[in-house]
Amino acid sequence: MVTLSSDSRPIIGRGPPLGASFFFLAIVSITLMVLDHRGNYLETAKMWMGMATHPFYTVVQAPFDFWNWLTGSFADRSKLRAENERLTEELRVARIKALQFESLNEENRRLRAIRAASQGIADRTLIAEIIHVDVDPFRHRVRINKGAEDGVFKGQPVLDAFGIVGQVTRVDRYTAELILISDNEHATPVQVNRNGIRSIAVGTGDVNKLTLPFLTVEADVKPDDLLVSSGLDGIFPAGYPVARITKVERDPSQTFAVVEAKPMAQLDRAREVLLLWSETKREAAPETTPQTNPEAAQRPVEAPQS
Amino acid sequence: MAAGEIRSPGLRVTGTVLLALIFAILPLPGDLDVGRPHLLLLLVIYWALSAPRVAGLMFAWFCGLAIDLLQGPLLGQHAAAFLLVAFLTHKFQLRMRIFPIYHQTLTVFMLLALYEFLLFWIDGIIGQAVTTWMRWMPVLTSTLLWPFLVGILDTWNRRSR
Repeated sequence: MVTLSSDSRPIIGRGPPLGASFFFLAIVSITLMVLDHRGNYLETAKMWMGMATHPFYTVVQAPFDFWNWLTGSFADRSKLRAENERLTEELRVARIKALQFESLNEENRRLRAIRAASQGIADRTLIAEIIHVDVDPFRHRVRINKGAEDGVFKGQPVLDAFGIVGQVTRVDRYTAELILISDNEHATPVQVNRNGIRSIAVGTGDVNKLTLPFLTVEADVKPDDLLVSSGLDGIFPAGYPVARITKVERDPSQTFAVVEAKPMAQLDRAREVLLLWSETKREAAPETTPQTNPEAAQRPVEAPQS
Repeated sequence: MAAGEIRSPGLRVTGTVLLALIFAILPLPGDLDVGRPHLLLLLVIYWALSAPRVAGLMFAWFCGLAIDLLQGPLLGQHAAAFLLVAFLTHKFQLRMRIFPIYHQTLTVFMLLALYEFLLFWIDGIIGQAVTTWMRWMPVLTSTLLWPFLVGILDTWNRRSR
């Protein structure tokens, strides 16, 4: 039984009647929800209110940071040396790859200029760290430690070292929220790297699985095909790895094949992600273009390619 | 906290609410986060029962708004659900306070189910419904937490009175 504390007289009879304040606040909540959902009118207000939540993230994050600092400062010398050697080796390999990349990139740029293609090449990147907070267990959303202060915008593509991770859905002052490509509300326009067949990879709510529901039974895909972003949504730049096909099931009586793929990015393990600014994005005003609206990208609007 | 130091429960309310907000985003190991209890909602119910002047509807609404900012896809969703629960609690406050604990727990269970249903319903309206049955887990875990929460907070309240 709940104890009566010193001032446990009921509030009924004091101040505005209970029903009236309930009614008033209910109207306010509904107005908020409609404004937020229908028109995205509250972006700025949300960003500022989001600042108030920042201390909570800091508090939750603090023990992890402390632990990292502790293990970092007391790591022994041989371990550091081994790590250093490994990193030098990796860097050497990466340098060689980058050499090739440079020339390919230049060639690509020239070819694109000839085609006057609209997809830009990644221009500026920024490393962000995923904050250790649980946003919602049923949605694949994560929070990163970069926000509007760092120029993050809604609909910005996010990658890790292996492929596309997702896009930014909400920006606060110092943090931002990402939707992962495996969220079941997210769809990524993709292209089979081998032959250029375009389709849409839809998240399933499982970090290891995407489905491609719009590929016909005749479509030329097979397991182990690499899917790269096609760039048709205007959000993800073209040519970044998204997933690798794991399963293709063709039932001749059906129109569409059952195709599943495994995301390349380490969606459940990555701690550091890369925010991407592409050339075309820089020219366009970031928050006003309809292209940057993730709602548009999350709906599979594009007709299936057959 | 020394006995008799604090007359008004205002500080205790603030303290517990801050802890509950941290608990709401604290990473839990493995799949435990699916069954994370709605600690803040339980606190709102508890304080609405035991200190209704401090924890009015406005208080509940702002708690809900804080949850919206921390994790909701939509501003105002949790605020509305918290408001409904607080309203019903205030409405039946005098009755709920004298219920025996099992009866009270059952009432809280129904309030939580209503809360979760309202969230589910709004999710459905905005087209982001989560339809797995796991979604209802927090209702169960929160209900199980209620008797313990009441026990702990009652003891604390009696001490600091």
